[in-house]
Amino acid sequence: MSQEKKVVIDLQNIRRDFIVGEETVRALRGVSFKIYEGEFVTIMGKSGSGKSTLLNTLGCLDTPTSGEYYLDGVSVRKMSKNERAILRNRKIGFVFQSYNLLAKTTAIENVELPLMYNTKYNSKQRREAAIQALQMVGLGNRLEHKSNQMSGGQMQRVAIARALVNNPAVILADEATGNLDTRTSFEILVLFQKLWKDGKTIIFVTHNPDIAQYSQRNIFLADGKVKDDTVNNHILSAEEGLAALPKNEED
Amino acid sequence: MNWSNLFKIALKAIANNKLRTFLTMLGIIIGVASVITMLAIGQGSKQSIQSQISKMGSNMIMIMPGAERRGGVRMGSSDMQTLKISDYNTLKEECTYLSAISPSVSSGGQFIFGGNNYSSSISGVSQDYLKIRQLEVEDGEMFDDTDIAQSAKVCVIGKTIADNLFTAGENPVGQIIRFKNMPFTVIGVLKSKGYNTMGQDQDDVVLAPFTTVMKRILSVNYLSMIYASAITEGQTQEAINEISDILRTNHKLQDGKADNFNVRSQEELSSMMTSTTTSMTILLACVAGISLIVGGIGIMNIMYVSVTERTKEIGLRMSVGARGLDILTQFLIEAVMISITGGLIGVLLGVGAAYGVKFFAGWPIAIQPMSVILSFAVCSITGIFFGWYPAKKAANLDPIEAIRYE
Repeated sequence: MSQEKKVVIDLQNIRRDFIVGEETVRALRGVSFKIYEGEFVTIMGKSGSGKSTLLNTLGCLDTPTSGEYYLDGVSVRKMSKNERAILRNRKIGFVFQSYNLLAKTTAIENVELPLMYNTKYNSKQRREAAIQALQMVGLGNRLEHKSNQMSGGQMQRVAIARALVNNPAVILADEATGNLDTRTSFEILVLFQKLWKDGKTIIFVTHNPDIAQYSQRNIFLADGKVKDDTVNNHILSAEEGLAALPKNEED
Repeated sequence: MNWSNLFKIALKAIANNKLRTFLTMLGIIIGVASVITMLAIGQGSKQSIQSQISKMGSNMIMIMPGAERRGGVRMGSSDMQTLKISDYNTLKEECTYLSAISPSVSSGGQFIFGGNNYSSSISGVSQDYLKIRQLEVEDGEMFDDTDIAQSAKVCVIGKTIADNLFTAGENPVGQIIRFKNMPFTVIGVLKSKGYNTMGQDQDDVVLAPFTTVMKRILSVNYLSMIYASAITEGQTQEAINEISDILRTNHKLQDGKADNFNVRSQEELSSMMTSTTTSMTILLACVAGISLIVGGIGIMNIMYVSVTERTKEIGLRMSVGARGLDILTQFLIEAVMISITGGLIGVLLGVGAAYGVKFFAGWPIAIQPMSVILSFAVCSITGIFFGWYPAKKAANLDPIEAIRYE
């Protein structure tokens, strides 16, 4: 089914070498895959498998030593630092493990952040887009809450809203549930599944194999290579998983 | 680049750290305030000296004998006797730019009245001297042309002399005082002028006809000085030129030969005097300027800490699309806002302190718009200069490392 769909990410034989002293560390040794619009992909691997390097490459924070990377049809490899910054601003939404919200700053201001670096938005449009994104993640009633007044789950929702606000080609989540308890993790997964059903393209990088069951496609990375690339035919519903959890009084 | 957005971001960062921002600003505030106060005090005393000098007679021209020492060559003592009565007479008749002219010779010695004595000096002058030095006879009268023609033994004394000789409260006018065994009739007492800027007692004077001092006391035929007054201050230079021409003709000096006299105006004296206060002002401003630099280093220090502390934030901003230039600008705006706000407060505080000095210590002050503009400009530049390095450091961070920085 995905053959007719638009290719959002196209990696062609990506290699990334780091020179540490005398040695060359080959973090990525020829990674190739395509991700299509509307896919929910988990990228898994142990630490040292090249996961982080791949994430940096996908996020246009880093450029490969060799190979081609097309993001939404644009070749990234030869881009300058500034061009990549603009590309990140328009096409990528990051969600980090530790949320990375601005301190003492309201939810709405945090979500507005990417649009602050986009001159196409004026302050009114920026605010509207931020409110819309916060409503999408279920925080429509907490617009003016400051980052230090929120729970971990709420903070991660704000971070997801921030990743959504620029309507990116792909959302890159880096261990997005890593700092959260089981229940909140499920809630975040519910949110990701909802966004996926709304047609968003999501790449979830994790070392936790459980999460793979909730996504559509799983890519396993080992020693800087793609070891396995499978389609998950039995996608679990995070909502059901959440319902199955024992009731928590405090929640 | 969106300036208003970057401005908002910087403002937010400052607002998040109010105490620290204020403490950083304090350096700049103190720096700017001290620059302004010091300059106000310096300028104030300069202006007060200038006004005192002009009170002494701003149009005053002094003609002195002898040439200036040039190249270390000391002129012969005969050169010091080059001013004669004839010079005075010619100048008096021929000079068109002068409103008053008076010769001057003086002799030091002891004045005696009854059991009192007082050491001072007697100045031989003409009536015009009062006008030139802006003196007034309070009691009695000034000597006249007849007294000069007769070399009369009369004198007009200053307040200090009167106070020291007539201790019993006698009216000095009409009394006879002795100077070097010569009796002088006091015919007038001068109105008190107090001390001048140089700390000289302007009331410590005894004026007598110049003919009396030259013939009866000193037995000389030359003058120690000629005082003159230009008609207006603006005509001082023309008057000086005219005096020089007349004196050169009178002294039969050929072209190429140096003047054997000196003509000085009050303006020169005033610039000489004010040069002292100018260097004092510069010194004060330098000291204050150093504190401004110290304030600037304070900004740099805090910005540097701030960049390190906010590495993660910078990483985040970069990952959501901030370019190096955006980060650089953000931090520069922060630094400049701190320094400009500090500068503004410093200006207000400096002006306030200057008036405080005027009010409590009674020192003259003069706040010049230039010094305000200057110190303001300096502190803005300080902000950019000292903010640049930390901002550059922030802009050059690697987003991958920055975002994971703990």
